[in-house]
Amino acid sequence: MALLEIKNLHAQIEDNQILRGLDLVVNPGEVHAIMGPNGSGKSTLSYVLAGKPDYEVTAGEALLDGQNLLEMDPDARAAAGLFLAFQYPIEIPGVATMTFLRTAINAQRKARGEAELSTPDFLRLVKEKAGDLGITQDMLRRGVNVGFSGGEKKRNEILQMTLLQPKLCILDETDSGLDIDALKVVSEGVNALRAPDRGMVVITHYQRLLNHIVPDVVHVMNKGRIVRSGGKELALELEASGYAGYSQDAA
Amino acid sequence: MNVQPQPIRTAAEQALLALLERRLAGPAVDGPLAGRIGELRRAAHAAFAANGLPHRRVEEWKYTDLRGFLREAAPAATALGISDGASAPSAVAFPGARRILFVDGQLSPAGSDLADLEPGLTVVPLAQAMAVGRGTVEKFGTLAPQRYDGVLALNTAFFGDGLVIQIADGAKIERPLHVAHLVTHDHPVATYTRRLVEVGEGAAFTLVESFEGRSGVPYQVNDALELFVGDTGHMDYVRLQDDSETALHLSTVMVDIGRDAKFHAFGLTTGAIASRVSLYGRFSGTHSHAGIRGVTLLKDRQHADVTLLLDHAVAHCESRELFKTVLFDETRGVFQGKIVVRPDAQKTDGRMMSQALLIGETAEMDNKPELEIFADDVQCGHGATAGALDEDLLFYLKARGLPAKEAEALLIQAFVGEALEFVEEEGLREALIARAERWLNARTG
Ligand SMILES: Nc1ncnc2c1ncn2[C@@H]1O[C@H](COP(=O)(O)OP(=O)(O)OP(=O)(O)O)[C@@H](O)[C@H]1O
Ligand SMILES: [Mg+2]
Repeated sequence: MALLEIKNLHAQIEDNQILRGLDLVVNPGEVHAIMGPNGSGKSTLSYVLAGKPDYEVTAGEALLDGQNLLEMDPDARAAAGLFLAFQYPIEIPGVATMTFLRTAINAQRKARGEAELSTPDFLRLVKEKAGDLGITQDMLRRGVNVGFSGGEKKRNEILQMTLLQPKLCILDETDSGLDIDALKVVSEGVNALRAPDRGMVVITHYQRLLNHIVPDVVHVMNKGRIVRSGGKELALELEASGYAGYSQDAA
Repeated sequence: MNVQPQPIRTAAEQALLALLERRLAGPAVDGPLAGRIGELRRAAHAAFAANGLPHRRVEEWKYTDLRGFLREAAPAATALGISDGASAPSAVAFPGARRILFVDGQLSPAGSDLADLEPGLTVVPLAQAMAVGRGTVEKFGTLAPQRYDGVLALNTAFFGDGLVIQIADGAKIERPLHVAHLVTHDHPVATYTRRLVEVGEGAAFTLVESFEGRSGVPYQVNDALELFVGDTGHMDYVRLQDDSETALHLSTVMVDIGRDAKFHAFGLTTGAIASRVSLYGRFSGTHSHAGIRGVTLLKDRQHADVTLLLDHAVAHCESRELFKTVLFDETRGVFQGKIVVRPDAQKTDGRMMSQALLIGETAEMDNKPELEIFADDVQCGHGATAGALDEDLLFYLKARGLPAKEAEALLIQAFVGEALEFVEEEGLREALIARAERWLNARTG
């Protein structure tokens, strides 16, 4: 069975139709890259899958492991294994990063009927994974993303992803704002999560990221649809020629 | 102020006047202060007879109409209520604090730990202090505001038991002193308690107060507290108002802050169907600091009013106010804060902020921060906000797996945490944070 199956997805926000019949299938173990011009609806797709309330799905379906995602609350989707690394992670003043991480892990474990992680186990785990991503203890003590640089916020997203061990990872422009070294660190973190039972959707504008996270399939999205799919060489082609050939055929 | 004739009195006002007249005819204070206290009581009676209960046409009571909230005048509790048995309420204890208990407005020697007071700490029942008539008790009533305050007038006319607490010059009292108030009667009574606290020069003191009572009983609390913080003194004042969901809670806190002194106040309000705290603060010595903060958590149909008047009478003082209100259901919160900067109070640095979270669809917050500045070289600011929880923050938390209720609770905790973190004493801070969390979990869980 496909891990993620999206059929004819239509979604709008405030009467603006953004997704216009999108189809996508991600099988377990696969990494899919989605590229496409600004405003083509890539973030919208990620938000609709994660359950952001501003969007209204007007047609189509989205199944995760055969479960109808669109009928689930955002927290249930997360517990079912969906994770979105946000394009713009927000700051949550007053909620310490540690408290947030523990609450999130335990909420998901609880929803799946698993026991809570003990405090020592949790601390050990966070220390190890945060260290790998270059996230300091001081950052963990601060409010979630509060005072983090753009790149640090992105690394914090990957830390959460690593700790939550989702089935389907959606990364929305995780590479933007990362310096060259951080791009490597983050890519290593993502690659470490590649697994036969896990799928990834990597939204990016740059081929550079795909040198590190090598995709199985590359899609081009335009005006709310996937307009072309291919192997990893498609990204190289786009890098060379841009999206010029795509704007008319989707119009 | 402009006293308006009031030919028509409510039934409660009439009943209160009758009780006042009986009180005046009753036993007077003994000792050297008899004359002054009698005078204060007669003046309070006359002012109440002329003005009655504060109502919405009185500016400072615009949002809290006591004529509406105090419909029946409960008689002052004289005997003790029912303090044993399964349904008896009990008073909170704060770890590490010395507790003194007032049950139904009266000092309960059995429930109070008055043994081995630290050197420099004196705690005397009010009547006893009045009989002696010297020392701190001589300051009784001297902090009363210029304007008519009907609640304070009732307290002055009716006050029964209370305490006089004195911290000797230079004494640093480490252990917090907790004055707990508990109402146990199973029928409506009123309590009129009063305390005077004087923190001597260079002394340090932490006072905690709590107010609780029997659930389901529409009792009425009218408490007044006069605080004097001496030069270079340091006082922390923490209060917990967790009166029963049917009670009416009225408090007046008056504080005078000397030179180079520090005064920190924090209040957690979760109780009473309707409550009002009036805080009157005055800087009377230069280079002092006041930090006044509070958290109010309301549900069902509760109404809570915090009204603050801070008088920067002298130069070089600094004040910080931060009030956080969380409103569920059909509750109503009120914050009125006025900072007055007198002509001589140059270099005043004052900041006041009130923030409210409106969770209930019909919840309401009335914010009225004001500055009255008569000096020209000052830094003052105020702000007020009221709004719902941020949808994007909620979504972020839910997207990480937190169910809606848990995400809400976490954000509300963060919101109130910004004020709670100012409670200096760690044990008290943790106890209050835990209480706020329990309240929120019970409400959102
Ligand atoms: N609240 C809104 N109201 C109206 N239109 C919106 C709203 N939010 C997004 N849109 C529109 O939806 C379209 C798709 O936006 P989306 O963020 O999904 O694009 P994207 O492909 O992620 O772009 P980028 O590459 O710049 O991140 C854009 O044209 C945007 O202006
Ligand atoms: Mg985007």
